[in-house]
Amino acid sequence: MTSLFSSPEDVRTRLAAGDYLSDGHIATTVFLADALGKPLLVEGPAGVGKTELAKAVAAATGAELVRLQCYEGLDEGRALYEWNYRKQLLRIQAAPEGQEWSDTHDDIFGEEFLLSRPLLTAIRRTEPTVLLIDETDKTDVEVEGLLLEVLSDFQVTIPELGTVTAARRPFVVLTSNATRELSEALKRRCLYLYLDYPTPEREREIVLAQVPEITEALAEQLVRTVATLRALDLKKSPSIAETLDWARTLLALEADALDEDAIARTLGVVLKHVSDQTRAAKELGLPTAESV
Amino acid sequence: MALLDRHVGFLDALRGAGLAVSLAEGLDAARALTVLDLVDREAMRAAYAATLVKRPTHRATFDTLFDLWFPAAVGDGAGGPPAERPDPPRPNLREPDPVADGMRARLFDLLLDGDEAGLRQLVRDAVATYGRSPASAPRQTWSAYAVGAALDPRTLMAGLLRAVLAGQDRGGLAERTARRTLEDRIAALQDMITAEVRRRLAEDTSAERVAKVAVRPPLEQLDILRATRKDLAELRRAVHPLARRLATRLAVKHKAGRRGRLDFRRTVRASLSTGGVPVRTFHRPRRPHKPELVVLCDVSDSVSSFAHFTLLLAYALREQFSKVRVFAFVDNLDEVTAHFAPGVDVGDAMRDLTSKADVVWVTGRTNYGRAFELFADRYPEVIGPKTALLILGDARSNYGPLALPALAKMADAARRAHWLNPEPHRDWDTGDSAASTYDRVVPMVECRNLAQLAAFIEDLA
Repeated sequence: MTSLFSSPEDVRTRLAAGDYLSDGHIATTVFLADALGKPLLVEGPAGVGKTELAKAVAAATGAELVRLQCYEGLDEGRALYEWNYRKQLLRIQAAPEGQEWSDTHDDIFGEEFLLSRPLLTAIRRTEPTVLLIDETDKTDVEVEGLLLEVLSDFQVTIPELGTVTAARRPFVVLTSNATRELSEALKRRCLYLYLDYPTPEREREIVLAQVPEITEALAEQLVRTVATLRALDLKKSPSIAETLDWARTLLALEADALDEDAIARTLGVVLKHVSDQTRAAKELGLPTAESV
Repeated sequence: MALLDRHVGFLDALRGAGLAVSLAEGLDAARALTVLDLVDREAMRAAYAATLVKRPTHRATFDTLFDLWFPAAVGDGAGGPPAERPDPPRPNLREPDPVADGMRARLFDLLLDGDEAGLRQLVRDAVATYGRSPASAPRQTWSAYAVGAALDPRTLMAGLLRAVLAGQDRGGLAERTARRTLEDRIAALQDMITAEVRRRLAEDTSAERVAKVAVRPPLEQLDILRATRKDLAELRRAVHPLARRLATRLAVKHKAGRRGRLDFRRTVRASLSTGGVPVRTFHRPRRPHKPELVVLCDVSDSVSSFAHFTLLLAYALREQFSKVRVFAFVDNLDEVTAHFAPGVDVGDAMRDLTSKADVVWVTGRTNYGRAFELFADRYPEVIGPKTALLILGDARSNYGPLALPALAKMADAARRAHWLNPEPHRDWDTGDSAASTYDRVVPMVECRNLAQLAAFIEDLA
């Protein structure tokens, strides 16, 4: 198997070129997932860039991203492959008079009638591929069993066609918000990366990279304030995505400093529960909504 | 071979600390080490973490053990044999100590810049100078306390704040943010000191021995009654994610295996696309069963932190119950449901509750008998056939009355009744505990940590 990256440092510079700022930990883990050919399970709170990591790896290596979005009720037919019933039915009805059944049978279970879903697509590709299995925790337990089979051997057996083995192992990223505990068996087969909220220093770099118009001083103030908010006991802590939204909002309002008034006016961008807003207003000593 | 021994010893220590590290994962870790540059210690840490630690709550344990098994330095960290220092200087409050003052000045600058590498170096020097306790004992010991006393970072706070704010208003948001940042750095400094002291200890004795003392149980296994304030804050943070996980699992459980009546219309409609053959059938969803929950909780000081967490969790899960009513008691009983209206912060509610609710009658000591009788007397209609009754408390009645008949009546009226006791099972029936007497009327469950609590609530809903 050919590797995508040559060293953790290589991962870091190439991800940074695509505006994804990693740290030593992320870079090493991504490098290992590639070097060992293991799936990478990324967990962490919403909005810390789990999905972005997969996209960034795809962009950095020029690989194509194949995405399987998981949801409740996802089944084999949506994840792996499915026979195109309607087309098969049509083919049978349109069969010329006197054709043998065995011919029809061979015909309708051919490549033409196979609907390839993301997992099969990723395995059959010969070009470099990043397979993103997003929000794995939303699926049912049965799908996890299916994933186990696919991810440990990178092969799929289709009874009518035979076994399809990966010509080239895709780089697999699974993400999870930990709304439920994934099974031990799945975790064991994956490398694990926990993405937490970034340190203020790293978050400042991210803000500066994503919102280049912002001044350094404002970015610094912004990430420090967000860090203070995250330390409060909130229902939903602000994510990186929300920090970025906040930065853009402040730019749009042409605020040049983040003072109490500016925060009170724009708090809705980062905190989306009333109880969180009142709590933050109380703890930070902000003017209340009525007095603004 | 030395690296292999370390590796195996490290895996062993992780298993000893309660991390389930399988053979396959150990092999993955070893394989990972072969493709990395081992000079980079942080890369090695990342490799071990990625292959062995699959739960965020285990990360702290892992880091502690990693620092012990793969220390960042040997001896004083200068390379070469450790210098003999026969007379460790003692910090003396009366005499000025130029070395300590120099270190504090360095510390001031480092904290101001947030220079982590610099702090680490300073901590190493400080521990080498001040961490050693007097050489009277046959074996050297090391103390984080002595280092903390010599550096005393908290006293630098005022000066640091002045330097950061540089003439800005005091008391405003700027100060709060600055204070928060500095406090984080000081907390990190304390952690560094502890880790460094552990490293020196491990050098003098053995990593295994230090690991036994240093490793704390992961958060979900932490005994709630023995938690420190810092632990309690972390536990509070863990409650919401836990509730979300439980809710998902319950939703799955409600749905699984119990399909409702055939939805004829949807089935026929869908069959049109397969030539009138109903390939897929559709069913109406079942109506979920949602119990009512009545909680009676002992809020006396000895168990209040436990009551706090159980209520937090019950409230985070209130969608899973059709109705939740909460009653608090010490030696008087009061309904406190109103304190937990939706949108209210449960932490505030708990504080409110102890000050406003009428739960103390005369002595202020728990009186289970009186509480149950009052409940049966004042709220006889609350418990119905759909109710799950939950009693929280340690069953320590201060040798008072037990009111078993009243409790039995309550338990009979309810669909199910449970008693959660935050004390370890072996302490039941010691002293004034009436655990097994009550257990005969209402089944009692030991519930000391979040894991047990989660398992119980899942079973209940």
